Amino acid sequence: MAARLNIHTIAMWLLPALFLAVYLAPLLGVFGWSVSRPEPGAENYVRMLTDADALNIMLRTARVCILVTLTSVLLAYLLAYHWVFGSPARKLFMELCIFIPFWISVLIRAFGWVVILRNKGILNESLLSIGAIAEPLTLVRTEFSVILGMVHFLVPFAVFPIASVMRQIDSRVLLASRGMGASPGFTFWNVFLPLTVPGILASVIIVFVFALGFFITPAILGGGKIVMIAEYIYIQIFQTSNWGFGAALSIGVLAVVAAMAGLLFKVIRPERLVK
Amino acid sequence: MTRKPLNLQSWLLKLAAVLTGVFMLMPLVAVIPVSFTPKRFLSLPKGDWSLRHYQALLTDEAWLASISDSVLVALASSVIATVLAAAFALGLWFRQPRYGGALVGLALLPMAVPPVVSAVIIYFLQARIGLIDTYAGLILTHVIMVTPFAVIVMLTATSRLDKSLELASRNLGASRMQTTFWVVLPNLKFGLFSAWFLSLVLSWEEIAVTLFVSGIDVITLPKRIWDGLRLNVDPIIAAVSVILMVLTTIAIVAKTLHEHRKGKSGS
Repeated sequence: MAARLNIHTIAMWLLPALFLAVYLAPLLGVFGWSVSRPEPGAENYVRMLTDADALNIMLRTARVCILVTLTSVLLAYLLAYHWVFGSPARKLFMELCIFIPFWISVLIRAFGWVVILRNKGILNESLLSIGAIAEPLTLVRTEFSVILGMVHFLVPFAVFPIASVMRQIDSRVLLASRGMGASPGFTFWNVFLPLTVPGILASVIIVFVFALGFFITPAILGGGKIVMIAEYIYIQIFQTSNWGFGAALSIGVLAVVAAMAGLLFKVIRPERLVK
Repeated sequence: MTRKPLNLQSWLLKLAAVLTGVFMLMPLVAVIPVSFTPKRFLSLPKGDWSLRHYQALLTDEAWLASISDSVLVALASSVIATVLAAAFALGLWFRQPRYGGALVGLALLPMAVPPVVSAVIIYFLQARIGLIDTYAGLILTHVIMVTPFAVIVMLTATSRLDKSLELASRNLGASRMQTTFWVVLPNLKFGLFSAWFLSLVLSWEEIAVTLFVSGIDVITLPKRIWDGLRLNVDPIIAAVSVILMVLTTIAIVAKTLHEHRKGKSGS
Protein backbone atom coordinates (compact mmCIF):
# COMPACT_ATOMS: atom_id res chain seq x y z
CA MET A 1 0.00 0.00 0.00
CA ALA A 2 2.84 2.38 0.87
CA ALA A 3 4.32 1.89 -2.58
CA ARG A 4 1.15 3.19 -4.19
CA LEU A 5 1.31 6.42 -2.23
CA ASN A 6 3.01 8.36 -4.98
CA ILE A 7 3.38 12.09 -5.48
CA HIS A 8 0.20 12.34 -7.55
CA THR A 9 -1.91 10.73 -4.87
CA ILE A 10 -0.56 13.18 -2.32
CA ALA A 11 -1.13 16.14 -4.67
CA MET A 12 -4.69 14.99 -5.33
CA TRP A 13 -5.48 14.75 -1.62
CA LEU A 14 -3.98 18.09 -0.52
CA LEU A 15 -7.04 20.21 -1.26
CA PRO A 16 -9.73 17.73 -0.16
CA ALA A 17 -7.81 17.14 3.10
CA LEU A 18 -7.59 20.89 3.69
CA PHE A 19 -11.30 21.37 3.03
CA LEU A 20 -12.19 18.45 5.29
CA ALA A 21 -10.30 20.16 8.10
CA VAL A 22 -11.21 23.81 7.56
CA TYR A 23 -14.67 23.55 5.99
CA LEU A 24 -16.48 20.26 6.50
CA ALA A 25 -15.42 19.78 10.13
CA PRO A 26 -16.43 23.36 11.10
CA LEU A 27 -19.72 22.82 9.23
CA LEU A 28 -20.41 19.96 11.63
CA GLY A 29 -19.36 22.32 14.42
CA VAL A 30 -21.93 24.88 13.26
CA PHE A 31 -24.54 22.16 13.30
CA GLY A 32 -23.32 21.37 16.82
CA TRP A 33 -23.87 25.00 17.85
CA SER A 34 -27.39 24.90 16.46
CA VAL A 35 -28.38 22.03 18.73
CA SER A 36 -26.34 22.95 21.81
CA ARG A 37 -26.46 26.72 22.32
CA PRO A 38 -27.76 28.06 24.56
CA GLU A 39 -29.08 24.66 25.68
CA PRO A 40 -28.93 21.18 24.15
CA GLY A 41 -31.97 20.33 22.08
CA ALA A 42 -33.84 21.36 18.96
CA GLU A 43 -35.03 24.59 20.56
CA ASN A 44 -33.39 26.81 17.92
CA TYR A 45 -35.15 24.97 15.12
CA VAL A 46 -38.51 25.23 16.91
CA ARG A 47 -37.89 28.96 17.32
CA MET A 48 -37.04 29.29 13.64
CA LEU A 49 -40.42 27.84 12.69
CA THR A 50 -42.55 29.57 15.34
CA ASP A 51 -40.96 32.93 16.14
CA ALA A 52 -43.02 35.73 14.51
CA ASP A 53 -39.94 37.79 13.57
CA ALA A 54 -38.18 34.84 12.00
CA LEU A 55 -41.30 33.79 10.08
CA ASN A 56 -41.85 37.34 8.80
CA ILE A 57 -38.27 37.50 7.61
CA MET A 58 -38.52 34.15 5.89
CA LEU A 59 -41.74 35.21 4.22
CA ARG A 60 -40.17 38.45 3.01
CA THR A 61 -37.09 36.52 1.84
CA ALA A 62 -39.27 34.15 -0.17
CA ARG A 63 -41.29 37.01 -1.68
CA VAL A 64 -38.23 39.08 -2.61
CA CYS A 65 -36.33 36.07 -3.96
CA ILE A 66 -39.26 35.00 -6.16
CA LEU A 67 -39.76 38.51 -7.55
CA VAL A 68 -36.02 38.93 -8.10
CA THR A 69 -35.77 35.54 -9.82
CA LEU A 70 -38.68 36.18 -12.20
CA THR A 71 -37.47 39.66 -13.15
CA SER A 72 -33.82 38.64 -13.55
CA VAL A 73 -34.59 35.64 -15.72
CA LEU A 74 -36.96 37.63 -17.92
CA LEU A 75 -34.39 40.39 -18.49
CA ALA A 76 -31.65 37.81 -18.94
CA TYR A 77 -33.70 36.03 -21.61
CA LEU A 78 -34.01 39.29 -23.51
CA LEU A 79 -30.28 40.05 -23.22
CA ALA A 80 -29.25 36.49 -24.06
CA TYR A 81 -31.48 36.42 -27.14
CA HIS A 82 -29.93 39.57 -28.57
CA TRP A 83 -26.44 38.53 -27.47
CA VAL A 84 -26.74 35.24 -29.36
CA PHE A 85 -28.82 36.27 -32.37
CA GLY A 86 -28.29 40.04 -32.68
CA SER A 87 -26.39 41.95 -35.34
CA PRO A 88 -22.61 42.14 -34.66
CA ALA A 89 -22.93 45.63 -33.17
CA ARG A 90 -25.78 44.60 -30.89
CA LYS A 91 -23.86 41.45 -29.88
CA LEU A 92 -20.90 43.56 -28.80
CA PHE A 93 -23.14 45.99 -26.90
CA MET A 94 -24.92 43.15 -25.10
CA GLU A 95 -21.62 41.48 -24.27
CA LEU A 96 -20.32 44.68 -22.68
CA CYS A 97 -23.57 45.19 -20.76
CA ILE A 98 -23.31 41.65 -19.40
CA PHE A 99 -19.59 41.37 -18.65
CA ILE A 100 -18.61 44.82 -17.38
CA PRO A 101 -21.12 44.82 -14.49
CA PHE A 102 -20.40 41.13 -13.89
CA TRP A 103 -16.76 41.82 -13.06
CA ILE A 104 -17.32 44.96 -11.03
CA SER A 105 -17.52 44.67 -7.25
CA VAL A 106 -20.97 44.12 -5.83
CA LEU A 107 -20.31 47.00 -3.41
CA ILE A 108 -19.72 49.48 -6.20
CA ARG A 109 -22.84 48.32 -8.04
CA ALA A 110 -24.99 48.76 -4.93
CA PHE A 111 -23.36 52.15 -4.31
CA GLY A 112 -24.26 53.18 -7.87
CA TRP A 113 -27.91 52.52 -7.10
CA VAL A 114 -27.63 54.55 -3.89
CA VAL A 115 -26.29 57.46 -5.95
CA ILE A 116 -29.22 57.20 -8.34
CA LEU A 117 -32.05 56.46 -5.92
CA ARG A 118 -31.36 58.35 -2.69
CA ASN A 119 -33.51 61.34 -1.72
CA LYS A 120 -31.07 63.84 -3.20
CA GLY A 121 -30.00 61.38 -5.86
CA ILE A 122 -29.85 61.69 -9.61
CA LEU A 123 -33.36 60.36 -10.22
CA ASN A 124 -35.12 62.55 -7.66
CA GLU A 125 -33.17 65.67 -8.69
CA SER A 126 -34.06 65.16 -12.35
CA LEU A 127 -37.72 64.48 -11.61
CA LEU A 128 -37.85 67.56 -9.36
CA SER A 129 -36.18 69.78 -11.94
CA ILE A 130 -38.63 68.85 -14.68
CA GLY A 131 -41.49 69.29 -12.22
CA ALA A 132 -42.75 65.71 -12.42
CA ILE A 133 -42.81 65.47 -8.62
CA ALA A 134 -43.05 68.10 -5.87
CA GLU A 135 -41.38 66.09 -3.10
CA PRO A 136 -38.45 63.68 -3.45
CA LEU A 137 -39.61 60.07 -3.59
CA THR A 138 -38.34 57.69 -0.92
CA LEU A 139 -36.62 55.05 -3.02
CA VAL A 140 -33.73 53.69 -0.96
CA ARG A 141 -34.37 51.57 2.12
CA THR A 142 -37.43 50.11 0.45
CA GLU A 143 -38.17 46.66 -0.86
CA PHE A 144 -38.18 48.22 -4.33
CA SER A 145 -34.54 49.34 -4.10
CA VAL A 146 -33.48 45.98 -2.69
CA ILE A 147 -35.16 44.13 -5.55
CA LEU A 148 -33.69 46.52 -8.13
CA GLY A 149 -30.16 46.11 -6.78
CA MET A 150 -30.45 42.33 -6.55
CA VAL A 151 -31.83 42.03 -10.08
CA HIS A 152 -28.96 44.13 -11.34
CA PHE A 153 -26.48 41.87 -9.56
CA LEU A 154 -28.04 38.61 -10.72
CA VAL A 155 -28.92 39.25 -14.39
CA PRO A 156 -25.44 38.27 -15.72
CA PHE A 157 -25.58 34.96 -13.81
CA ALA A 158 -28.98 34.29 -15.36
CA VAL A 159 -27.75 35.13 -18.86
CA PHE A 160 -25.04 32.44 -19.05
CA PRO A 161 -27.14 29.24 -18.89
CA ILE A 162 -29.83 30.68 -21.16
CA ALA A 163 -27.34 31.92 -23.77
CA SER A 164 -25.54 28.58 -23.68
CA VAL A 165 -28.78 26.68 -24.43
CA MET A 166 -29.76 29.18 -27.16
CA ARG A 167 -26.38 28.64 -28.87
CA GLN A 168 -27.03 24.91 -29.08
CA ILE A 169 -30.39 25.26 -30.82
CA ASP A 170 -30.29 23.91 -34.35
CA SER A 171 -31.59 26.80 -36.45
CA ARG A 172 -32.88 24.34 -39.08
CA VAL A 173 -35.62 23.32 -36.67
CA LEU A 174 -36.84 26.90 -36.60
CA LEU A 175 -36.56 27.25 -40.36
CA ALA A 176 -38.58 24.06 -40.72
CA SER A 177 -41.27 25.51 -38.54
CA ARG A 178 -41.38 28.71 -40.60
CA GLY A 179 -41.19 26.72 -43.82
CA MET A 180 -44.27 24.75 -42.90
CA GLY A 181 -46.21 27.96 -42.52
CA ALA A 182 -45.98 28.76 -38.82
CA SER A 183 -45.93 32.45 -37.96
CA PRO A 184 -42.87 33.90 -36.16
CA GLY A 185 -44.91 34.21 -32.96
CA PHE A 186 -46.13 30.62 -33.18
CA THR A 187 -42.58 29.42 -33.86
CA PHE A 188 -41.30 31.33 -30.84
CA TRP A 189 -43.90 30.07 -28.37
CA ASN A 190 -44.14 26.50 -29.65
CA VAL A 191 -40.65 25.70 -30.90
CA PHE A 192 -38.01 28.15 -29.68
CA LEU A 193 -39.19 28.71 -26.12
CA PRO A 194 -39.65 25.00 -25.27
CA LEU A 195 -36.13 24.31 -26.55
CA THR A 196 -34.71 26.87 -24.09
CA VAL A 197 -36.57 25.53 -21.04
CA PRO A 198 -33.51 23.73 -19.58
CA GLY A 199 -31.59 27.00 -19.66
CA ILE A 200 -34.47 28.87 -18.07
CA LEU A 201 -34.74 26.30 -15.27
CA ALA A 202 -31.02 26.40 -14.62
CA SER A 203 -31.17 30.20 -14.47
CA VAL A 204 -34.14 30.16 -12.12
CA ILE A 205 -32.42 27.82 -9.69
CA ILE A 206 -29.05 29.56 -9.82
CA VAL A 207 -30.58 33.01 -9.33
CA PHE A 208 -32.89 31.87 -6.55
CA VAL A 209 -30.05 30.19 -4.65
CA PHE A 210 -27.80 33.24 -5.04
CA ALA A 211 -30.60 35.58 -3.98
CA LEU A 212 -31.30 33.50 -0.90
CA GLY A 213 -27.78 33.54 0.52
CA PHE A 214 -26.84 37.03 -0.50
CA PHE A 215 -26.72 39.95 1.85
CA ILE A 216 -24.42 42.71 0.64
CA THR A 217 -26.89 44.36 -1.74
CA PRO A 218 -29.93 44.02 0.58
CA ALA A 219 -27.91 45.39 3.50
CA ILE A 220 -26.79 48.48 1.57
CA LEU A 221 -29.99 49.22 -0.35
CA GLY A 222 -32.29 48.08 2.44
CA GLY A 223 -30.33 50.10 5.00
CA GLY A 224 -31.15 47.72 7.84
CA LYS A 225 -34.88 48.15 7.26
CA ILE A 226 -35.48 45.42 4.72
CA VAL A 227 -33.83 42.53 6.55
CA MET A 228 -33.77 39.16 4.83
CA ILE A 229 -32.60 35.79 6.02
CA ALA A 230 -28.89 36.24 5.21
CA GLU A 231 -28.66 39.60 6.98
CA TYR A 232 -30.72 38.13 9.83
CA ILE A 233 -28.03 35.46 10.26
CA TYR A 234 -25.36 38.19 10.30
CA ILE A 235 -27.31 40.03 13.01
CA GLN A 236 -27.71 36.86 15.10
CA ILE A 237 -23.99 36.14 15.03
CA PHE A 238 -22.62 39.67 15.44
CA GLN A 239 -25.16 41.95 17.00
CA THR A 240 -27.18 39.80 19.33
CA SER A 241 -24.61 36.99 19.74
CA ASN A 242 -27.30 34.34 19.36
CA TRP A 243 -24.78 31.89 17.95
CA GLY A 244 -27.02 28.87 18.29
CA PHE A 245 -29.96 30.51 16.54
CA GLY A 246 -27.72 31.96 13.81
CA ALA A 247 -26.26 28.49 13.28
CA ALA A 248 -29.73 26.93 13.04
CA LEU A 249 -30.79 29.52 10.46
CA SER A 250 -27.61 28.76 8.47
CA ILE A 251 -28.37 25.05 8.49
CA GLY A 252 -31.92 25.86 7.35
CA VAL A 253 -30.66 27.93 4.41
CA LEU A 254 -28.18 25.19 3.55
CA ALA A 255 -30.98 22.61 3.51
CA VAL A 256 -33.08 24.70 1.11
CA VAL A 257 -30.07 25.28 -1.16
CA ALA A 258 -29.15 21.57 -1.11
CA ALA A 259 -32.72 20.69 -2.11
CA MET A 260 -32.62 23.18 -4.98
CA ALA A 261 -29.21 21.94 -6.12
CA GLY A 262 -30.59 18.40 -6.11
CA LEU A 263 -33.46 19.65 -8.26
CA LEU A 264 -30.99 21.29 -10.64
CA PHE A 265 -29.14 18.01 -11.13
CA LYS A 266 -32.35 16.07 -11.58
CA VAL A 267 -34.12 18.42 -13.99
CA ILE A 268 -31.16 19.19 -16.22
CA ARG A 269 -27.70 17.84 -16.61
CA PRO A 270 -25.54 20.82 -15.62
CA GLU A 271 -22.54 19.58 -17.62
CA ARG A 272 -24.56 20.37 -20.75
CA LEU A 273 -24.54 24.03 -19.75
CA VAL A 274 -20.80 24.37 -19.35
CA LYS A 275 -20.12 24.90 -23.03
CA MET B 1 -25.38 31.02 -36.53
CA THR B 2 -25.50 34.42 -38.23
CA ARG B 3 -28.85 33.60 -39.71
CA LYS B 4 -31.68 35.07 -37.66
CA PRO B 5 -33.84 32.13 -36.65
CA LEU B 6 -36.97 34.13 -35.91
CA ASN B 7 -38.56 37.25 -37.11
CA LEU B 8 -38.77 38.54 -33.57
CA GLN B 9 -36.32 41.35 -34.04
CA SER B 10 -39.06 43.92 -34.07
CA TRP B 11 -38.12 47.40 -32.94
CA LEU B 12 -39.98 46.88 -29.67
CA LEU B 13 -37.86 43.90 -28.63
CA LYS B 14 -34.71 45.65 -29.76
CA LEU B 15 -35.64 48.66 -27.69
CA ALA B 16 -36.39 46.49 -24.66
CA ALA B 17 -33.03 44.74 -24.96
CA VAL B 18 -31.13 48.00 -25.36
CA LEU B 19 -32.94 49.47 -22.36
CA THR B 20 -32.02 46.40 -20.31
CA GLY B 21 -28.42 46.90 -21.37
CA VAL B 22 -28.57 50.55 -20.34
CA PHE B 23 -30.07 49.45 -17.00
CA MET B 24 -27.02 47.20 -16.49
CA LEU B 25 -24.56 50.05 -17.10
CA MET B 26 -26.54 52.83 -15.41
CA PRO B 27 -25.35 52.53 -11.78
CA LEU B 28 -21.74 52.26 -12.95
CA VAL B 29 -21.96 55.42 -15.03
CA ALA B 30 -23.83 57.26 -12.26
CA VAL B 31 -20.85 56.97 -9.91
CA ILE B 32 -18.48 58.79 -12.26
CA PRO B 33 -19.73 62.41 -11.98
CA VAL B 34 -20.25 62.09 -8.22
CA SER B 35 -16.54 61.30 -7.77
CA PHE B 36 -15.66 64.73 -9.21
CA THR B 37 -17.86 66.79 -6.91
CA PRO B 38 -16.11 69.67 -5.13
CA LYS B 39 -18.38 69.23 -2.05
CA ARG B 40 -17.76 67.19 1.08
CA PHE B 41 -20.96 65.23 0.62
CA LEU B 42 -22.45 63.13 -2.18
CA SER B 43 -23.59 65.50 -4.91
CA LEU B 44 -23.32 66.15 -8.60
CA PRO B 45 -20.74 68.72 -9.67
CA LYS B 46 -22.52 71.65 -11.29
CA GLY B 47 -19.88 72.85 -13.73
CA ASP B 48 -17.16 72.87 -11.08
CA TRP B 49 -15.42 69.52 -11.32
CA SER B 50 -12.77 68.76 -8.74
CA LEU B 51 -10.16 66.08 -8.09
CA ARG B 52 -10.12 66.64 -4.32
CA HIS B 53 -11.56 63.21 -3.51
CA TYR B 54 -8.95 61.46 -5.64
CA GLN B 55 -6.29 63.52 -3.91
CA ALA B 56 -7.77 62.68 -0.51
CA LEU B 57 -7.76 58.99 -1.40
CA LEU B 58 -4.08 59.05 -2.36
CA THR B 59 -3.05 60.83 0.84
CA ASP B 60 -5.39 59.19 3.35
CA GLU B 61 -3.38 56.67 5.35
CA ALA B 62 -6.36 54.54 6.25
CA TRP B 63 -7.37 54.03 2.62
CA LEU B 64 -3.78 53.38 1.56
CA ALA B 65 -3.37 50.82 4.33
CA SER B 66 -6.52 49.07 3.12
CA ILE B 67 -5.24 48.97 -0.43
CA SER B 68 -2.00 47.37 0.74
CA ASP B 69 -3.91 44.89 2.95
CA SER B 70 -6.04 43.93 -0.04
CA VAL B 71 -3.04 43.54 -2.34
CA LEU B 72 -1.21 41.39 0.21
CA VAL B 73 -4.19 39.12 0.91
CA ALA B 74 -5.14 38.81 -2.77
CA LEU B 75 -1.57 37.99 -3.88
CA ALA B 76 -1.01 35.41 -1.15
CA SER B 77 -4.37 33.70 -1.43
CA SER B 78 -4.39 33.62 -5.24
CA VAL B 79 -0.97 31.96 -5.36
CA ILE B 80 -1.94 29.40 -2.70
CA ALA B 81 -5.29 28.75 -4.41
CA THR B 82 -3.60 28.21 -7.77
CA VAL B 83 -1.03 25.78 -6.32
CA LEU B 84 -3.74 23.79 -4.50
CA ALA B 85 -6.03 23.72 -7.53
CA ALA B 86 -3.20 22.72 -9.88
CA ALA B 87 -2.01 19.94 -7.55
CA PHE B 88 -5.59 18.69 -7.24
CA ALA B 89 -6.36 18.74 -10.96
CA LEU B 90 -3.01 17.17 -11.90
CA GLY B 91 -3.29 14.47 -9.25
CA LEU B 92 -6.76 13.59 -10.51
CA TRP B 93 -5.57 13.58 -14.11
CA PHE B 94 -2.72 11.16 -13.37
CA ARG B 95 -4.54 8.88 -10.95
CA GLN B 96 -8.14 9.01 -12.20
CA PRO B 97 -9.54 7.31 -9.08
CA ARG B 98 -13.04 5.90 -8.97
CA TYR B 99 -13.96 8.21 -6.11
CA GLY B 100 -12.78 11.24 -8.13
CA GLY B 101 -16.31 12.63 -8.36
CA ALA B 102 -16.63 12.81 -4.58
CA LEU B 103 -13.27 14.61 -4.32
CA VAL B 104 -14.37 17.16 -6.93
CA GLY B 105 -17.62 17.66 -5.03
CA LEU B 106 -15.67 18.37 -1.85
CA ALA B 107 -13.28 20.72 -3.66
CA LEU B 108 -16.20 22.73 -5.08
CA LEU B 109 -18.29 22.75 -1.91
CA PRO B 110 -17.48 26.30 -0.67
CA MET B 111 -18.64 27.65 -4.03
CA ALA B 112 -22.02 25.92 -3.86
CA VAL B 113 -22.79 26.88 -0.27
CA PRO B 114 -24.33 30.38 0.11
CA PRO B 115 -21.68 32.92 1.19
CA VAL B 116 -23.46 33.76 4.43
CA VAL B 117 -23.35 30.10 5.49
CA SER B 118 -19.67 29.85 4.50
CA ALA B 119 -19.13 32.95 6.61
CA VAL B 120 -20.68 31.30 9.67
CA ILE B 121 -18.66 28.11 9.08
CA ILE B 122 -15.34 29.97 8.73
CA TYR B 123 -16.18 32.24 11.65
CA PHE B 124 -16.80 29.13 13.77
CA LEU B 125 -13.43 27.68 12.75
CA GLN B 126 -11.42 30.84 13.28
CA ALA B 127 -13.04 31.71 16.58
CA ARG B 128 -11.94 28.25 17.74
CA ILE B 129 -8.33 28.50 16.65
CA GLY B 130 -7.90 32.22 17.29
CA LEU B 131 -7.33 33.41 13.74
CA ILE B 132 -10.04 36.09 13.70
CA ASP B 133 -8.78 39.42 12.37
CA THR B 134 -5.29 38.22 11.43
CA TYR B 135 -3.59 38.17 8.03
CA ALA B 136 -3.20 34.40 8.23
CA GLY B 137 -6.88 33.98 9.04
CA LEU B 138 -8.01 36.23 6.23
CA ILE B 139 -5.70 34.57 3.70
CA LEU B 140 -7.04 31.15 4.74
CA THR B 141 -10.59 32.50 4.37
CA HIS B 142 -9.92 33.77 0.87
CA VAL B 143 -8.17 30.52 -0.09
CA ILE B 144 -11.28 28.59 0.94
CA MET B 145 -13.57 30.94 -0.98
CA VAL B 146 -11.63 31.27 -4.25
CA THR B 147 -9.95 27.86 -4.68
CA PRO B 148 -13.13 26.17 -6.02
CA PHE B 149 -13.16 28.63 -8.93
CA ALA B 150 -9.47 27.93 -9.61
CA VAL B 151 -10.28 24.19 -9.48
CA ILE B 152 -12.91 24.60 -12.21
CA VAL B 153 -10.40 26.40 -14.42
CA MET B 154 -7.72 23.76 -13.81
CA LEU B 155 -10.10 20.84 -14.38
CA THR B 156 -11.15 22.39 -17.68
CA ALA B 157 -7.47 22.76 -18.59
CA THR B 158 -6.52 19.16 -17.69
CA SER B 159 -9.58 17.75 -19.47
CA ARG B 160 -8.04 19.04 -22.72
CA LEU B 161 -4.71 17.27 -22.07
CA ASP B 162 -3.97 14.14 -24.03
CA LYS B 163 -3.26 11.15 -21.77
CA SER B 164 -0.67 9.85 -24.26
CA LEU B 165 1.52 12.79 -23.23
CA GLU B 166 2.26 10.95 -20.00
CA LEU B 167 2.87 7.62 -21.75
CA ALA B 168 5.23 9.19 -24.27
CA SER B 169 7.21 10.95 -21.57
CA ARG B 170 7.48 7.87 -19.35
CA ASN B 171 8.41 5.67 -22.34
CA LEU B 172 11.23 8.03 -23.20
CA GLY B 173 12.61 7.46 -19.72
CA ALA B 174 11.40 10.50 -17.79
CA SER B 175 10.66 9.94 -14.13
CA ARG B 176 7.28 10.68 -12.60
CA MET B 177 8.56 14.02 -11.28
CA GLN B 178 10.17 14.98 -14.57
CA THR B 179 6.98 14.10 -16.45
CA THR B 180 4.91 16.21 -14.09
CA PHE B 181 7.03 19.32 -14.02
CA TRP B 182 8.74 19.35 -17.42
CA VAL B 183 6.15 17.78 -19.69
CA VAL B 184 2.65 18.18 -18.27
CA LEU B 185 2.86 21.48 -16.39
CA PRO B 186 4.23 23.51 -19.31
CA ASN B 187 1.16 22.41 -21.25
CA LEU B 188 -1.04 23.93 -18.56
CA LYS B 189 0.59 27.38 -18.54
CA PHE B 190 -2.49 29.17 -19.77
CA GLY B 191 -4.80 27.32 -17.37
CA LEU B 192 -2.49 28.19 -14.48
CA PHE B 193 -2.48 31.84 -15.46
CA SER B 194 -6.28 31.94 -15.80
CA ALA B 195 -6.77 30.19 -12.46
CA TRP B 196 -4.39 32.61 -10.73
CA PHE B 197 -5.94 35.66 -12.34
CA LEU B 198 -9.50 34.60 -11.49
CA SER B 199 -8.46 33.88 -7.88
CA LEU B 200 -6.74 37.25 -7.66
CA VAL B 201 -9.83 39.15 -8.82
CA LEU B 202 -12.22 37.16 -6.63
CA SER B 203 -10.03 37.62 -3.55
CA TRP B 204 -9.58 41.32 -4.28
CA GLU B 205 -13.38 41.73 -4.36
CA GLU B 206 -14.31 39.28 -1.58
CA ILE B 207 -16.55 40.92 1.01
CA ALA B 208 -19.30 38.57 2.24
CA VAL B 209 -17.07 36.31 4.34
CA THR B 210 -14.38 38.94 4.97
CA LEU B 211 -16.97 40.95 6.92
CA PHE B 212 -17.33 38.15 9.44
CA VAL B 213 -13.68 37.40 10.12
CA SER B 214 -11.83 40.73 10.06
CA GLY B 215 -12.31 44.40 10.62
CA ILE B 216 -10.07 45.99 13.21
CA ASP B 217 -6.46 45.00 12.58
CA VAL B 218 -6.90 43.93 8.99
CA ILE B 219 -9.23 46.03 6.85
CA THR B 220 -9.32 45.18 3.16
CA LEU B 221 -10.49 47.70 0.60
CA PRO B 222 -13.99 46.20 0.15
CA LYS B 223 -14.40 46.13 3.93
CA ARG B 224 -13.51 49.84 4.15
CA ILE B 225 -15.95 50.65 1.34
CA TRP B 226 -18.61 48.66 3.20
CA ASP B 227 -17.95 50.59 6.41
CA GLY B 228 -18.18 53.85 4.48
CA LEU B 229 -21.47 52.87 2.88
CA ARG B 230 -22.95 51.82 6.21
CA LEU B 231 -21.72 54.71 8.34
CA ASN B 232 -21.24 57.86 6.35
CA VAL B 233 -21.26 57.99 2.61
CA ASP B 234 -18.30 60.10 1.55
CA PRO B 235 -17.60 60.99 -2.12
CA ILE B 236 -14.20 59.37 -1.58
CA ILE B 237 -16.06 56.07 -2.08
CA ALA B 238 -17.10 57.29 -5.52
CA ALA B 239 -13.46 58.07 -6.32
CA VAL B 240 -12.36 54.57 -5.19
CA SER B 241 -15.19 53.06 -7.24
CA VAL B 242 -14.18 54.91 -10.39
CA ILE B 243 -10.54 53.81 -10.02
CA LEU B 244 -11.61 50.20 -9.44
CA MET B 245 -13.99 50.29 -12.41
CA VAL B 246 -11.21 51.59 -14.66
CA LEU B 247 -8.83 48.87 -13.39
CA THR B 248 -11.48 46.18 -13.90
CA THR B 249 -12.21 47.33 -17.41
CA ILE B 250 -8.49 47.36 -18.28
CA ALA B 251 -8.14 43.87 -16.79
CA ILE B 252 -11.06 42.54 -18.86
CA VAL B 253 -9.57 44.00 -22.04
CA ALA B 254 -6.08 42.69 -21.21
CA LYS B 255 -7.39 39.20 -20.50
CA THR B 256 -9.47 39.16 -23.67
CA LEU B 257 -6.44 40.23 -25.72
CA HIS B 258 -4.26 37.62 -24.01
CA GLU B 259 -6.82 34.89 -24.75
CA HIS B 260 -7.12 36.11 -28.30
CA ARG B 261 -3.36 35.91 -28.84
CA LYS B 262 -3.20 32.47 -27.19
CA GLY B 263 -6.01 31.29 -29.41
CA LYS B 264 -4.03 32.38 -32.48
CA SER B 265 -0.63 30.95 -31.51
CA GLY B 266 -1.98 27.74 -30.00
CA SER B 267 -2.28 24.57 -32.11
